[in-house]
Amino acid sequence: MAEVLVLVDHVDGAVRKPTLELLTLARRIGDPVAVHLGPGAETAAPVLAEHGAVRVLTADAPEFTDYLVVPKVDALQAAAAATSPVAVLVASSAEGKEVAARLALRLGSGIITDATDLVAGDDGPVATQSVFAAAFTTKSRVSHGVPVITVKPNSAPVEPAAAAGTVEPLAVTFGELATGTKVVSRTPRQSTGRPELTEAAIVVSGGRGVNGAENFSVIEELADSLGAAVGASRAAVDAGWYPHTNQVGQTGKSVSPQLYIANGISGAIQHRAGMQTSKTIVAVNKDAEAPIFDLVDYGVVGDLFQVVPQLTEEIKARKG
Amino acid sequence: MSLRIVVAVKYVPDATGDRHFADDLTTDRDAVDGLLSELDEYAVEQALQIAEASGDAEITVLTVGPEDAKDALRKALSMGAHKAIHVEDDALHGTDVIGTSLVLAKAVEHAGYDLVVTGMASTDGTAGVVPALLAERLGIPQVTLLSEVAVADGKVTGRRDGDAASEQLEASLPALVSVTDQSGEARYPSFKGIMAAKKKPVESLDLSDLGIDAAEVGLGGAWTAVQDATARPPRTAGTIVKDEGEGGKQLAAYLAEQKFI
Repeated sequence: MAEVLVLVDHVDGAVRKPTLELLTLARRIGDPVAVHLGPGAETAAPVLAEHGAVRVLTADAPEFTDYLVVPKVDALQAAAAATSPVAVLVASSAEGKEVAARLALRLGSGIITDATDLVAGDDGPVATQSVFAAAFTTKSRVSHGVPVITVKPNSAPVEPAAAAGTVEPLAVTFGELATGTKVVSRTPRQSTGRPELTEAAIVVSGGRGVNGAENFSVIEELADSLGAAVGASRAAVDAGWYPHTNQVGQTGKSVSPQLYIANGISGAIQHRAGMQTSKTIVAVNKDAEAPIFDLVDYGVVGDLFQVVPQLTEEIKARKG
Repeated sequence: MSLRIVVAVKYVPDATGDRHFADDLTTDRDAVDGLLSELDEYAVEQALQIAEASGDAEITVLTVGPEDAKDALRKALSMGAHKAIHVEDDALHGTDVIGTSLVLAKAVEHAGYDLVVTGMASTDGTAGVVPALLAERLGIPQVTLLSEVAVADGKVTGRRDGDAASEQLEASLPALVSVTDQSGEARYPSFKGIMAAKKKPVESLDLSDLGIDAAEVGLGGAWTAVQDATARPPRTAGTIVKDEGEGGKQLAAYLAEQKFI
């Protein structure tokens, strides 16, 4: 069966969930071959095998951590030359999309970004995308070269599917541009202990109505009662109440959880673009005319400082 | 020699309008008014700040698009860019990101550059890959998604705030940078700036001026094909309750019924 390259997104060998979702999608098209770059391959390989990787190509060099994007492009290009894949799948992270873009040009391939689903088709894989702030759904395919496709988190289930996962070293020759973008320093973010925003099953967000950084504790407490990630609208982020990394919307993260709870968020197009594809949408807002209520499955018109703490208490009580 | 900055911008349908697809599954540009992509205003702003800090820089703003796309150039010129290049050709209709990056690369080379500045993504296509494609075409480093950027001593430095870490990045010129909406509010054009923009040069180029074969671009030259586009069905009307003191409990009951608790 034809092979499908999957670039592994990991932290020192700890495989991130979107990569396991890519393996699920890759199996619909062919045999997944995982490409693991940087340290930790011995930790990652068994996990990748368990989720369907028939082979795991590995390369480790300081370039992968000390420089952005191009070293990984050089490696994926080498992997493509070594395998003749029918598709290359990359997670839609910031660096993932850039790696995919440069790779596509080198392979003479078309590129599709931010796919939300992927199926086999007569003329190669068919990707679903959500466009114009999720007002439309499109189906597209790459019509030239080996399809290079980036896939958004939460686009497929993680499914165990044991395969050989044979570890093989990948020979990579770095080009001149590999050391072009130097990482001078890296300051890791403090972990909040909450799930990743784009990967979470439940997202609880706060907006203008939260009215101050100190009040975000109300949102966080609700999130913690549900084991949810915390999001924020652009208004809340621009006001400096919550970090930009938590922003949901056109210029922030695009999320598609099972449940999205919007608190004090009016629902402007900028925000809707990032959450409209959530399965179930719930909102609390004191303005009955807020456009967010056009999207909801259940809405409460009321003061979030009354409704949300009561909700949190009730959830805790019900969970015992 | 002065620092040559090229800012690549896009003229997009207003995101607050009712955007649609045309019959050939390309973006319908007639149904909704266009404007300079909001995210590209940040690119123009950072280019202006870099130019101001250097004291000796020239900013060329570049766009590829239909006749109306000149509006986007005028806006950037009124903010303070020095001159503009408009690439327009009927054969460009339906061009994908691969083709767009080809046209931009040829036009950037035509302009001459030390630094290319872009926004983080367009507000219509939103792919966010054109900066990387353009850097690959030009054979230069990319320093992208910056919330802070500075140029000094032949180097560009910047801060990239990622999910896992905040990174301080560095590359030698020539290089491409893209900036996010966290890089700083874009200035409003002054009246003086608007008047001055009317006299600034806008060079119009077509594909033959750039030595590009029409077969490499447009719908026919695209390396991706949209097979269909369907409007998302409207969400079915939900239950809305007014909080009379039990709103939180009612919401909890709904979440329990839906098995979220």
